[in-house]
Amino acid sequence: MKLRTILRHLREGVRNVLRNGWMSFASISSIVISLFILGGFLLLALNVNNLADQIESQVEIRVFLQLDTDQTKIDQLRNEIGNIKEVKQVKFVSKDEGLELLRKNLGESGEDLLQGYEKDKNPLPDSFTVEVYEPQTIAFAAKKIELINKADQTNPITSVKYGKGKVETLFKLTNAVRNIGLVIVAGLAITAMFLISTTIKITILARRREIGIMKLVGATNHFIRWPFFIEGALIGIIGSVITTAILLYGYSRLIYVSQFELGLLMIKLVTLKEIGFFVSVLIIGLGTLIGIWGSTLSVRKYLKV
Amino acid sequence: MIEMQDVWKTYADGTHALSGVSVLIERNEFVYLVGPSGAGKSTFMKLIYREEVPTKGQISVNGFNIGKLKPRKIPYVRRNIGVIFQDFRLLPKMTAYENVAFAMEVIEAPRRIIKKRTMEVLDLVGLKDRFNSLPAQLSGGEQQRIAIARAIVNSPAVIVADEPTGNLDPETSWGIMNLLEEINFRGTTIVMATHNREIVNTLRKRVIAIESGTIARDEARGEYGYEA
Repeated sequence: MKLRTILRHLREGVRNVLRNGWMSFASISSIVISLFILGGFLLLALNVNNLADQIESQVEIRVFLQLDTDQTKIDQLRNEIGNIKEVKQVKFVSKDEGLELLRKNLGESGEDLLQGYEKDKNPLPDSFTVEVYEPQTIAFAAKKIELINKADQTNPITSVKYGKGKVETLFKLTNAVRNIGLVIVAGLAITAMFLISTTIKITILARRREIGIMKLVGATNHFIRWPFFIEGALIGIIGSVITTAILLYGYSRLIYVSQFELGLLMIKLVTLKEIGFFVSVLIIGLGTLIGIWGSTLSVRKYLKV
Repeated sequence: MIEMQDVWKTYADGTHALSGVSVLIERNEFVYLVGPSGAGKSTFMKLIYREEVPTKGQISVNGFNIGKLKPRKIPYVRRNIGVIFQDFRLLPKMTAYENVAFAMEVIEAPRRIIKKRTMEVLDLVGLKDRFNSLPAQLSGGEQQRIAIARAIVNSPAVIVADEPTGNLDPETSWGIMNLLEEINFRGTTIVMATHNREIVNTLRKRVIAIESGTIARDEARGEYGYEA
């Protein structure tokens, strides 16, 4: 293909969008609407996902030690637990700190209940708080800690707790939420593709005659196809850029308006900075692909005439 | 220029459109194709510009064996055959200029030459001033002139016209005929299917009559020969 023909196809593709004004408008609108719904759900899913991450990351393992465990043992255990691959961080919580924590957690009534348990009379053992990298591996990490205990003849650990049962239920829940989000987004993506490609097909159906005429004049299939390809891509890009702009602007407003209320609930929306690029690339990429896909598919059908 | 040897055409639905047609049309001839509707005139023309392939027999146009042509090669053959229809078949969203220029863009001509040649041809058909009009803004006769301009812009060896005056009033029809004669005079072979008795009997040319898929008559300076 000669350079001037490539330029001609580009020019022609742009002109086609303008020539078929209302049809282009219809296609672009259908892209904007479908992708907007898709993008809205995508943002929702990303936030739900993020929320699930936040909740999951709060799970931790509590390792309680024998009352008479000495400092060398504590250091040794801390090292051994810290060496477990899944473990991110081991924090030592002394008995005093433990009491303080308990008091805080019990709130007002804590003062009365814990009266007289200070200093030497503190009944609580020393403990570790263990964080893992992947919350889902917490049960596995807990088991490893128990194995460390068994290997040690003095059995310095009295118990390993991570909310067994509850944590599993929590993970089931967060996983379900994630999967539902994924299914909805995937379903919407497919629906959007069909909706848009149908609109584009209709616009090209109206131009079936044109394709026939072009063939009569001696245009090769390639020659006919290229401007349609560019037209489809252009419609896809225009539609998806509009969508992305609306979506991201709307989202930034939402963050701004809701930050106080949601902050009270300890909910933090994913920032625009974190997902802006991802969402833009996804929406614009998808829109462009759908535009090209819709137009090439329909043109191919009529080229067989 | 155009040679058919024992050409048969049977459509998928069993219709026998042509049954054993043999004909030779020389370079620079002007041929009227007459006959009742449905007798095979359109099939005859479609075979020339390779819209259809013969079921049996050989057709050669401008040195190409049309029946054996690979689909990939069809566009290249069509560039040497200008086609004109009763319903004009212009691209509705393109201006007169763009419609004509399209045929030259297809052969990847340089823009400068496209511009020059397109305006030249528009001038020839008398519509230089309407170059920026859309087909819908032009009268039937003007649209047909644009279609003719498009057909001749690449200087084809053959022009195939399927009832080019079918939708036009008598006066406009004569204008179109003058144009076609002028094009023929410049060296282009023309095959024109028509029902217009007056034109055939006045502007005497070779007449090939097709009836029930066979050539019923082939006269050098023939007459229309049917009731109007």
